[in-house]
Amino acid sequence: MQDFGAAFGEAFALLLGFDPALMEIIGLSLRVSLTAVFISALIGLPLGAVLGVSRFRGRALVLVLLNTLMGLPPVVVGLLVYLTLSNAGPLGPLALLYTPTAMIIAQSILVTPIVAALARQTIEDMHAEYDEQLRILGVGRGGMVATLLWDARYSLLTAMLAGFGRAIAEVGAVLIVGGNIHHVTRVMTTAIALETSKGNLALALGLGVVLLLLAVVINAAVMGLRATAARWAHA
Amino acid sequence: MPFDAPTPDRKDGQVLPIIGRGLVLERAGRRIIDNVDLAIESGGISIIMGPNGAGKSVLLRLLTGLLNPDAGSVSWAGRRPDRTRAPSVGLVFQKPVLLRRSALANIRYVLRGAGRAERRRRAEQALARAGLGHLARSPARMLSGGEQQRLALARALAPDPDVLLLDEPCANLDPAAAGAIEALIRDARDRGTRIVLVTHDVAQARRLADDVTFLHDGRIVEQTPAASFFDKPSSSAGRAYLDGRLLID
Ligand SMILES: Nc1ncnc2c1ncn2[C@@H]1O[C@H](COP(=O)(O)OP(=O)(O)OP(=O)(O)O)[C@@H](O)[C@H]1O
Ligand SMILES: [Mg+2]
Repeated sequence: MQDFGAAFGEAFALLLGFDPALMEIIGLSLRVSLTAVFISALIGLPLGAVLGVSRFRGRALVLVLLNTLMGLPPVVVGLLVYLTLSNAGPLGPLALLYTPTAMIIAQSILVTPIVAALARQTIEDMHAEYDEQLRILGVGRGGMVATLLWDARYSLLTAMLAGFGRAIAEVGAVLIVGGNIHHVTRVMTTAIALETSKGNLALALGLGVVLLLLAVVINAAVMGLRATAARWAHA
Repeated sequence: MPFDAPTPDRKDGQVLPIIGRGLVLERAGRRIIDNVDLAIESGGISIIMGPNGAGKSVLLRLLTGLLNPDAGSVSWAGRRPDRTRAPSVGLVFQKPVLLRRSALANIRYVLRGAGRAERRRRAEQALARAGLGHLARSPARMLSGGEQQRLALARALAPDPDVLLLDEPCANLDPAAAGAIEALIRDARDRGTRIVLVTHDVAQARRLADDVTFLHDGRIVEQTPAASFFDKPSSSAGRAYLDGRLLID
């Protein structure tokens, strides 16, 4: 275990020296997960909002499904995306397997239900309060959704941060569809798994520290958003 | 960009008179509104009075098309209520619902048509008229109860509606604030907005009313010019209400 201290020292040296290999991996992680969150927001926010303001037959079933999808195991998503993108799969001709795009697709599938389900809850509560007021102003369905999305923006950003937290920390899906290829699809989590098994603790620890820091930043952002929301009586 | 209300051309349709015919609303086997006929023609201030639970708030929701009656019908200028004409019918709820935005943004939200600068100018003007100019940037939901009620009224008046229905706009207000609201109401009336006001404040009703509708148990038991209601109410329910005797049966 005397290795451990040395590994830590080395890890910080890599971090403080902005080691190119390390930075490449961090950069790809951020690019993949941020893009996935962006796509998830584009799909999940309107979906959650529409579910929050409408009543239709089978809605309860859709909500149960959505809440179930929130807890999808990343490896299962990875497997399904793999099957879809592999040579024999329906999207095989696009040759996306083992590319960052495949990883973005997998993470978007993981994160979209989270964003949609959290948005649905927020929007539904706010809709109960706003509905009559907006109807009396002559605001239609589309305007209602837009107004709710805007007025719920702090809660919705929090939902997106939750989604980002899940994406950046996830290893199963990106490993299966990305393949952990050096310089191409290696991200923080898959690199940690590999480097640890190779005994290259310094790099693994350095990446682990970055992941932890990101978690701290995310949580600080969530708290900041809550405080801002409270100041505007968004509660 | 914050989303603002859409821009229907509200001059494409008149809404007066607003007429309710044979209105019935039932909930849980009980008639909350029981065969009510009511006409709101142009000009003046009508007051709706009645004890708690009489159905006053529900009646306003029926007249504005927020609720559909189980029987009977509501018409605005001869046609069913519709969304494009909704901006001509203002309603301030008993519990005002303010958007999670600044006081100014709450008013800007309902102003349509005009360009950005023009909307801003009109919103500032409406705030100032309600004595809230100094609170323009404050989060609306952080205002005091009385300030929120004034803001809700200012917002309802900003689009210059043809009719404004007010559900106890002065509940919880100090005398000066109530006076300020009364002044805003009179001012709107003088500019041609038809006012329908629900209030429990007899003195206020006396000051403002042209006519009084007295509602009890979901039924209109009296509908008369103001003078005759306050001096010699014809219904025993109205008399009891004015005497401050509780109407529990
Ligand atoms: N959606 C609803 N479902 C069931 N009952 C309702 C509903 N809305 C109103 N009621 C009932 O209808 C009756 C009339 O309610 P309403 O709010 O119109 O009274 P009100 O005359 O405005 O009283 P107040 O002076 O206390 O404001 C009440 O007994 C209330 O419980
Ligand atoms: Mg009421």
